[in-house]
Amino acid sequence: MALDPASIRADFPIMCRQVHGHRLVYLDSAATSQKPKPVIDALTDYYERYNSNVHRGSYQLAVEATEALEAARAKVAAFIGASRDAEVVFAKNATEAINLVARTWGRANLGPGDPVVITELEHHANIVPWHMLTAELGIELRWIPIDANGHLDLTDLDRLLDGARLVSVAAVSNVLGTINPIRQLADAAHRAGALMMVDASQYTPHLSTDVGEMGADFVAFTGHKMCGPTGIGVLWAKSELLEAMPPFLGGGEMILNVTKEGFSTAAVPWKFEAGTPPIAEAVGLGAAVDYLNGLGMEQIREHEVALTGYALRTLNQRYGDDITIHGPTEPAERGGVLSFEYKGIHPHDVAQVLDRSGVCVRAGHHCAKPLMRVLGCAATSRASMYVYNDESDVDALADALADADAFFIE
Amino acid sequence: MPDLEDLYREIILDHYRNPRNRGELDTPPAVRAEGFNPLCGDEVIVYVRLANGVIDDIKVGGQGCSISQASASMMSATVIGRTTEELHRLNHAFKTMMSIEPDPDDPPPANGNGADIKLGDLEALKGVVKFPVRIKCATLSWHTLTQALEEAQATA
Repeated sequence: MALDPASIRADFPIMCRQVHGHRLVYLDSAATSQKPKPVIDALTDYYERYNSNVHRGSYQLAVEATEALEAARAKVAAFIGASRDAEVVFAKNATEAINLVARTWGRANLGPGDPVVITELEHHANIVPWHMLTAELGIELRWIPIDANGHLDLTDLDRLLDGARLVSVAAVSNVLGTINPIRQLADAAHRAGALMMVDASQYTPHLSTDVGEMGADFVAFTGHKMCGPTGIGVLWAKSELLEAMPPFLGGGEMILNVTKEGFSTAAVPWKFEAGTPPIAEAVGLGAAVDYLNGLGMEQIREHEVALTGYALRTLNQRYGDDITIHGPTEPAERGGVLSFEYKGIHPHDVAQVLDRSGVCVRAGHHCAKPLMRVLGCAATSRASMYVYNDESDVDALADALADADAFFIE
Repeated sequence: MPDLEDLYREIILDHYRNPRNRGELDTPPAVRAEGFNPLCGDEVIVYVRLANGVIDDIKVGGQGCSISQASASMMSATVIGRTTEELHRLNHAFKTMMSIEPDPDDPPPANGNGADIKLGDLEALKGVVKFPVRIKCATLSWHTLTQALEEAQATA
């Protein structure tokens, strides 16, 4: 059954609010999604009924909190097709998850001249950790280019993968919406003797995720883009990799034993979860997974393909050559992320004008400055859609866009 | 919400459409400084040439939103021909107008905080204060000029 955005909006309390006298037209879900009532309730319920620290107390509340945390892990594991719950490591966000791999697996396994392959469309979260290892270890960072349509250009892939130790690629571009051929890249990486990491931050909220089908060794994503709270992200990795990797941060929770002479680590995944974890946030993420499962990931994808198609048609028909929408032209090849330039007006100014009509879009480089350079622009405006958006939101965007002319077009 | 007309005053849009002192200067004798607003990718490049403590010439490059680029243009038109001492006062007056907290490392000028100095066209940027996110756009070129002058004084 197709999604009904009107009834879905009723699940999101924030959709009731007005902005500058207009209804909220939230088109920035690639930055963070809004939160449905069940997720907000799960946070409140945790703090009101069983707040306590996990894996320590023997009393009832602590048992409930520990069970809720581990139940959330199991929900996430099932949501992404992980074969074991212990393969799900909770982190602060996707950035921390990627840094975890760079700092632990990377430091233990990479050395001077070892190639790490990323792409031109990566978010800074999947660029800077590798730049840091370049500075620290002298690894070689290689870049898979993109073509004019915003797809990865794989013509030179064999040469780029020659000798590679790790390939790390976004599953969906947060700027162009491009859905990358992850399985193909993973197979090529493995043939070349490299491991495959996937930044799935823009994928897990929108498409049914199966880490096994992806062929990945590491998958990082964040909770707050998939209806969950901020402050909770996930690193999934194959058990044997997690077992072999040194710990990340040191402290409580991640140890088996500590003496004056040293320490031994806890079992995975706790080995990587030093300190009191984000318990409420994990529970909230579990509720978000339940919510998305209730809607159905296949239905969400169908809805977004249709809405993306409508947005591309509407904006192109209305504005023709006055608008440039970056990325693939086929809705089936992309997510609901539309980066655009309008009449040469700076995106920051476009976003300012849209705000007056309650239309929220992101303006800027979207934490992808190398990609901006490839696209030949310093910034774009970006409208990104999710389960609560419908055609009326696209229409509101299209209408409000024309308001910019009054200021910037003579 | 404050009116967009407060932000996009005609004089600002004029500087945006017809930027003054756009270009480059030879370095040396001029110095060059780059400023970035990591939030939105605005970029301002300032070339400044000093002669006997006076801003002899200034050119501005870069790209960004209307506020950052108009502010850079307005700044260039205002500071050309001024002494560095006047500039110091102007800078303080401008940042006071933009509600920027005083920098403890950069005490206000001895002869007052610059509040008496006439800001002229720069007054048009006052409306930006009502849009707090945009204040950084308006002050970027001033920070970059300060950087350039520090460089000039370091190499002098």
